Amino acid sequence: MGEDATDRSASEDRWRAAYNAGTRRDVPYETMSGVPLEPVYGDAPFPGQFPYTRGIHPGMYRGRLWTMRMFAGFGTAEDTNARFKEILRNGGGGLSTAFDMPTLMGHDSDSEWSEGEVGRAGVAIDTLADMEDLFAGIDLGNVSTSMTINGPANIALAQYVAVAEKGGVDRDRLSGTIQNDILKEYQAQKEYIYPPRPSMRIVTDMMRFTTAEMPRWHPVSISGYHIREAGSTAAQELAFTLANGFAYVEAAVAAGLNIDEFARRLSFFFNSHSDFFEELGKFRAARRIWARWMRDHYQARDERSWQCRFHTQTAGVSLTAQQPEINIARVALQAFAAAAGGTQSLHTDSYDEAHALPTEDAARIALRTQQIVAHETGVAMVADPFGGAPFIEWMTDEMERQAEAVFAHLLDLGGGSILEGVYEGIENGYFVGEIADAAYRFEREVNAQRRIIVGVNAFTEGDNPEKSLLRIDPTVEEIQLKRLGEVKQRRNSDAVAASLAALGMAAESPDTNLMPATIDAVKTYATEGEITRCLSEVFGTYTEAAIV
Amino acid sequence: MPFGGVRDIYRGGNRLSPAQTPERLRVVLAKLGLDGHDRGLKVVARILRDSGMEVIFLGLRQTTSSIVAAVEQEDADAVGLSMHNAGHLTLGPKMVRALDEAGLDVPVVIGGIIPPEDERQLLDAGVAAVLGPGASATEVVESVRSAIVASRG
Repeated sequence: MGEDATDRSASEDRWRAAYNAGTRRDVPYETMSGVPLEPVYGDAPFPGQFPYTRGIHPGMYRGRLWTMRMFAGFGTAEDTNARFKEILRNGGGGLSTAFDMPTLMGHDSDSEWSEGEVGRAGVAIDTLADMEDLFAGIDLGNVSTSMTINGPANIALAQYVAVAEKGGVDRDRLSGTIQNDILKEYQAQKEYIYPPRPSMRIVTDMMRFTTAEMPRWHPVSISGYHIREAGSTAAQELAFTLANGFAYVEAAVAAGLNIDEFARRLSFFFNSHSDFFEELGKFRAARRIWARWMRDHYQARDERSWQCRFHTQTAGVSLTAQQPEINIARVALQAFAAAAGGTQSLHTDSYDEAHALPTEDAARIALRTQQIVAHETGVAMVADPFGGAPFIEWMTDEMERQAEAVFAHLLDLGGGSILEGVYEGIENGYFVGEIADAAYRFEREVNAQRRIIVGVNAFTEGDNPEKSLLRIDPTVEEIQLKRLGEVKQRRNSDAVAASLAALGMAAESPDTNLMPATIDAVKTYATEGEITRCLSEVFGTYTEAAIV
Repeated sequence: MPFGGVRDIYRGGNRLSPAQTPERLRVVLAKLGLDGHDRGLKVVARILRDSGMEVIFLGLRQTTSSIVAAVEQEDADAVGLSMHNAGHLTLGPKMVRALDEAGLDVPVVIGGIIPPEDERQLLDAGVAAVLGPGASATEVVESVRSAIVASRG
């Protein structure tokens, strides 16, 4: 490494001072058998030091455990509200909202597109009234909320702000994250509404708005999770996600924001899959790459802008429908990788999710699984517990090398701009093509039995799929349609029309931030579909070329 | 479409060519409704292509009428739907009815996230076959092929 002993000891002194200055959980820092443990082992750079390969905090989980953030949402807002309260009672530290497909695509429950999908894969939110029900009885000043929504993210954020303010909680006290990562929608998850460029204007408007008015809010959660679920490799997940992160940075800077004003509010969302060592290398490389690029390429000066903070979810796609109980073991190993990799928050999947949304029992087991990882395995005692192992360091370097090759390609495509390279890669099918090729390669290996998936292509005896699954009440659609009808009856339709007209004007003017007009519109109980239609009249809509 | 293959209908180009077989079965593949999970459908497209079938890949956000139109235009032998939105009990039977009403005797095969207990209901509603998660390539090809054979009686 060529680093002399004085540098090493200076780094160590700085690290120890930072560690001592931090808070500590009141637990014994020793093994199960009573052997005392140091907060970290090995060489500089230490946790909390650039480039943060070993973690972003000097004491990592000694200061605070990761947030156990369980994703939930189904049926009506009232159904999900009950599940939220259950999660909070069980020791979950944050709420995470799953919306149904019509809501994610900007359609109201009474749209012809919504038939059969209302409240099925998440909660149905048409108007502010539904958002009020969703968070009824929960103190929004005291909880951190994540909303997994992208295309209509401006509407969901506006509704959340409106609900909070009606309940007497000012927007600057709200803490949470909205996914709002539109770029990966074109690449992987496919829940887009408008074309990429106007969509990016909405994202940058939201970044400007939250930077100015919601200092505790994370306006974008840059997500590799869906890229991986769509079939990418670990290195592609890493590379595409960080490239999207760079693209948001470039877009926000172009929109007039100072990088150090907003970059510390960006967060990431990764997948934790089954290949433990590859995942560990990926998490470590993500921090190192982000730090280097933010400091050296984008010239951020605030250390917090260099730190890659991320949420992790275990790999839904790895769950098998065959012998569903064995998924509990998969989830435990994936959760352990995320913890060893230094995640800031974690969702653990439920064993029954290969067939349906999780039952309450299965979701409880999933939460218990990460509680076991946190409190029983010792992974939270020592920061970056695998750091320094030759294989892990090699894997970290290898992940970084593969990601750098992708960045070079995107810079080339974009004439020196990652943002333009990402636009081009969306347009020319680069991302979807790479992901589909990787997915097919994996599937062929499974089919050829070169890759063993326990319970699927080997060890198949003992399958007992007769489990009770979560059933969405078939009357949900009916109930939601009735509710939407009532809200439409009750509201002042002149106020709705006026607010939509103002929103349309704001959309026409690229220098006007869309958020204030969106908040005004949701407060009149304008529906999500009405707001989306209003914006798509200005922005247009996006249809993907069907590339196999 | 002289050489078959997986056709990108929006761009009108042939992207992939299958092995030549005596009778090339033609399958329309689509995501019906809003659900955007297209990993499985794309893998199935390549599996069917590799088995020698011709795949007409409609992709995302299709309606029953856009699928019926594609079946008519392409003279397709089967429809493959992928569903991960828990809407299958509504949309599956709706697809079967739409084909019936258009006078098309074309089997519908559904894959994706379908709870086992829903399978019977879909079959009773006229869906020809349901492929669960983890179905092998051979099972995919065989279920489509036998659905077509059965529909020809």
